[in-house]
This record gives sequence, structure tokens and C-alpha cells, in this order.
Amino acid sequence: MYDCRLKTGRFLLRLKSFEVVSVNLIEEHPVLDFSHGEKVPFSFDGRILEGFEGAPVAMALHANGVRVYRRTQEMKRPRGFFCAIGKCSSCLMVVDGVPNVRTCVTLLKRGMKVETQIGRGHVNLSVEGS
Amino acid sequence: MREFSTDILVIGGGPAGLSAAAEAASTGAGVTIAESERRLGGQLVKQSHKFFGGKEEHAGTRGYEIAKILKDEISQYGDRVRTMFNTTIVGYYGDEGIVTAMVGEEDYFHISPKKIVVACGAQERLIPFPNNDIPGVYGAGAVQTLMNVYGIVPGRRVLMVGAGNIGLIVTYQLLQTGVEVAAILEATPRIGGYWVHAAKVRRMGVPILLRHSIKRATGDQVVTGADIVELDENFSEAGLSEHVECDTICLAVGLTPTNELLWQAGCRMRYTPYLCGHVPLRDASMRTSNENIWIAGDSSGIEEASAAMIEGRIAGLSAAESLGYKAPPGKFDRYRSRLRNLRAGEVGEKIRAGVASVAVAEWGNV
Ligand SMILES: Cc1cc2nc3c(=O)[nH]c(=O)nc-3n(C[C@H](O)[C@H](O)[C@H](O)COP(=O)(O)OP(=O)(O)OC[C@H]3O[C@@H](n4cnc5c(N)ncnc54)[C@H](O)[C@@H]3O)c2cc1C
Ligand code: FES
Repeated sequence: MYDCRLKTGRFLLRLKSFEVVSVNLIEEHPVLDFSHGEKVPFSFDGRILEGFEGAPVAMALHANGVRVYRRTQEMKRPRGFFCAIGKCSSCLMVVDGVPNVRTCVTLLKRGMKVETQIGRGHVNLSVEGS
Repeated sequence: MREFSTDILVIGGGPAGLSAAAEAASTGAGVTIAESERRLGGQLVKQSHKFFGGKEEHAGTRGYEIAKILKDEISQYGDRVRTMFNTTIVGYYGDEGIVTAMVGEEDYFHISPKKIVVACGAQERLIPFPNNDIPGVYGAGAVQTLMNVYGIVPGRRVLMVGAGNIGLIVTYQLLQTGVEVAAILEATPRIGGYWVHAAKVRRMGVPILLRHSIKRATGDQVVTGADIVELDENFSEAGLSEHVECDTICLAVGLTPTNELLWQAGCRMRYTPYLCGHVPLRDASMRTSNENIWIAGDSSGIEEASAAMIEGRIAGLSAAESLGYKAPPGKFDRYRSRLRNLRAGEVGEKIRAGVASVAVAEWGNV
């Protein structure tokens, strides 16, 4: 058993395991001040979550306790973010129907549809008018 | 495809790039800064601690405040410095004299610069261990981005791997944010970072386990802990492993220079352990073997922001001079002596040796 109370917006109950990852926003910081954008709704695999507009999608998910962003093609391994600066491709997801979007550098917008990416994702290759 | 030209293209808007841009603009040259992020400052933006270094390099000032000082310096040149955000330089075409730039995920355009300063900074290293790919194993930079840029708690209990300056500072920053740090692991028998940082985290109750390494991350979908093990003199396992509960494993195992564009541009490179990777040969003006390309900062070898800023100034000034703009007399010498002072003494020994091994006096003889 591990008892923990962070300076976060949400009070964390005593948790038996670490499977429930409920992390949240830093409310007080001795040195830094944070200014967040407007709070907007977006969907993640059909669930409605909230995040700040202007911050990357990956950060919004993390703040909601979501850590698994895709499953790899061959080994079906879970992947989340790693570098958070757009360099490693660990955080690729399907955003508004487009696969392989680097969510750590893609900014959240109101109503965005974010989905866990399975393998390489699917691209609609039919060309309009053909 | 869209295309535009510029006197000097500075790739990367960290302390090195900003200093290069300011210096070049001060002579009258037109400068374009391409920066992949949506803000300037590079690593400085994430640093909430007070910096080391010489007085002229803003020692005692917090990292993000140094970024602001440099941005203010640039803004005094108005339109002479153009800044492009969310723009990553991805290709170098020497014969055509162009680079390709990518904006966001899909948009590309060309820039044709007369001269280029590469100030792309560094990339984090990864170490191999089973399960190092599952969510919860994060680079130290990512942890800093989450907490210091976006104000998000990275996890509840973190295991830090690496007791260099980055591992120590990020540990301190985590504690400031209210996150528990289970321990700091360090494979070598020595703490690599500055003693003051180590003392601070020890006082706050975080054990620093020397000669210890991570054996595997545990967890099925996300990190739930780690098996750690003591090492002997030969870095082999010396005993049974021990389990640590944590939801985040933060890797602070070193940086390596970002050098892809330099390879593409055919710069002569040399593997230099003291500078942490493959770095280009350079002359005293930070010019590479490609006469149109200069380097500065961590891309030229991992060092510190203070050195990065001076290298940037030398590179920017020299690039402007090559286009016929005039550097005030004595300025180069002043910068070079500041750089020498920074690297003086015992702490600078490895950097001096590293830099000496890639320094070139005359390109004709190489
Ligand atoms: C935790 C930590 C603590 C530190 N503490 C200190 C300290 O106390 N004192 C000190 O002197 N130093 C310190 N440093 C080191 C210092 O931050 C770095 O040495 C310095 O930032 C290097 O400057 P740079 O301009 O070379 O690179 P960076 O600051 O990394 O900037 C590089 C920039 O280039 C951009 N970029 C990269 N590739 C491209 C591309 N292809 N196209 C466009 N843009 C690109 C990046 O987005 C980035 O903004 C610390 C570093 C860390 C991580
Ligand atoms: S986390 Fe590395 S690219 Fe997004």
C-alpha cells in the first residue's frame, strides 16, 4: 500500500497497485507559474475528456491518466510517449481520422477525435473523382 | 513549392542559435531562425534552476530567464531577424544551395540561405533493458517538458536513472513539484553532477545508489516498477536484484549531439567521446569543413549553455563576416578568451581535450 497526496487538483486515494494512474495538473510551484489555454472537450476512443487548447494532445492525455497511445504492428507492444519533442515517433496516434500523427507536437483543439493507433493505422487511399 | 532566401539561416533557437542570430544581426546581416518548437530558448525554457558559468554568461540566473534575455536582445534588431516556429529543417541540398523545411506534420518549403549556423542541440540517449519501450519509461527531457512547460505532474513515484547533472536537477524539480523520487541509480562509482545538486537531493531524502543499474522495467501495459541490481567493478551484476515500485522510470543517461544535417552536408565528422558523439571538425571560428556551415552549442559537442552562447556568438559573427559584414575589432578575441576561461581548470579538462581533438587550424591542411 502506498499512500500519497500530491499537490494536484485531484486527491489520490490509497491505491493498491499502480495500474490506476491518475496524474493531474501542478497547482502550486515554488518557482514557475503556469498559464493554461481554454479548457475544451475532446474524445479519446469514444470517451469524452477535457484538456487545454494549445497544449499537445499527448500532454492532455497524460493529464487524464492515459498512458498507452498505440500498439505496435508486429509485437503488439503498448507505447506511450518518450521524448515529448517530436523526435522518436513513440506517440503516434490516429487524430481526426489521420494515422501516424505525432501527438506530442500536435496541439489540442476543441472536439478533436483522438484514437489509439493499432499497428500502422489505416489510410484511405481512394482518390476523389476517380 | 514556396521558397525564400536569407543571408544567414540559424537552425535551432536555443541559447547557441539565439546568440548566433543576435551577433550576426548586430553587424547588419539578415538572419532567419528556424525552430521546431513553438517557442525560442531550447533547453533553457525547461530549466527553473539558477545556472552556473561566467558572469557574462548570466550565471546565477534561472534558465528560462536567460532565454528571455536573449530573446530581448534579438527583438532590438526588428525585421532583420525573422523567426519561424514549428519549422524543422530536414534536408540539405548543397548543389542547389537550399534546405527543406517542414512545418507541422505536412507542409514543406525551401529556404535558400547564403550561410548556415547549425545549432540543433542534443538528443537523449536510451539504454537497453527489457521493457524499456513501455509507457512510463520517459526521457528526462520529456519529464521536464511535462512538468516545467505544461504544468502536468509526470507521475507519482519516479525512479531516476543517472546521477549526472540532468538526473540530479530533474530529481530536484520533481521533488519541488511534489512527486516522490524512489531513488537515483548510477552505474559508475561516482556522482557525475555538481556536488551542490547532489547534496540538495540527499538532504531531501532521496537515496543515490552508486554502482546500481536497472535490470528491467516491470509492468504489463504501463510501468509498475523496476528491478534494480548492484554492479561490480566490471559493471556485471553483483548480487540479487531488488524490486522498486514506481509508475515512472526517468532516463537521464546522457545526451548526444544532434548531427543529422551535418552528416547530410558532408561535414567531416569525428567520433569524440569527450564531446559525447560524432561531431564535426571546426576551425577557431566554428566553421566546419563545409565552407557554408558553422556550428555552435551542443550540436558541436555536449557542454553547457554558457559555452553554447559564446560559440554561437563566434559562429554568428564569423558567418556574417564571410558575407562582407564587419565585426568590431577585438570582438572575436574577447569571445575566445571567455570560452578559454570557462574551460579552464580541472572541470574543463575533458572538454579541452575533446575540443582540441577536433580543432583545425587551416582547412587546406586537413
Ligand atoms: C536538466 C538540465 C540542466 C542543465 N543545467 C545547466 C546549467 O546549470 N548550466 C549550463 O550552462 N547548462 C546547463 N544545461 C545545459 C544547457 O541547457 C545546454 O547545454 C544548452 O541548452 C545547449 O544549447 P543549444 O542551443 O546548443 O541547444 P538546445 O538548447 O538544445 O537548443 C536546440 C534547439 O534547436 C531546435 N532544433 C533541433 N533540431 C532542429 C531542426 N532540424 N530544425 C529546427 N530546429 C531544430 C530544438 O527544438 C531546440 O530548441 C542543462 C541541461 C539540462 C537538460
Ligand atoms: S514522444 Fe517522441 S515523437 Fe512524440
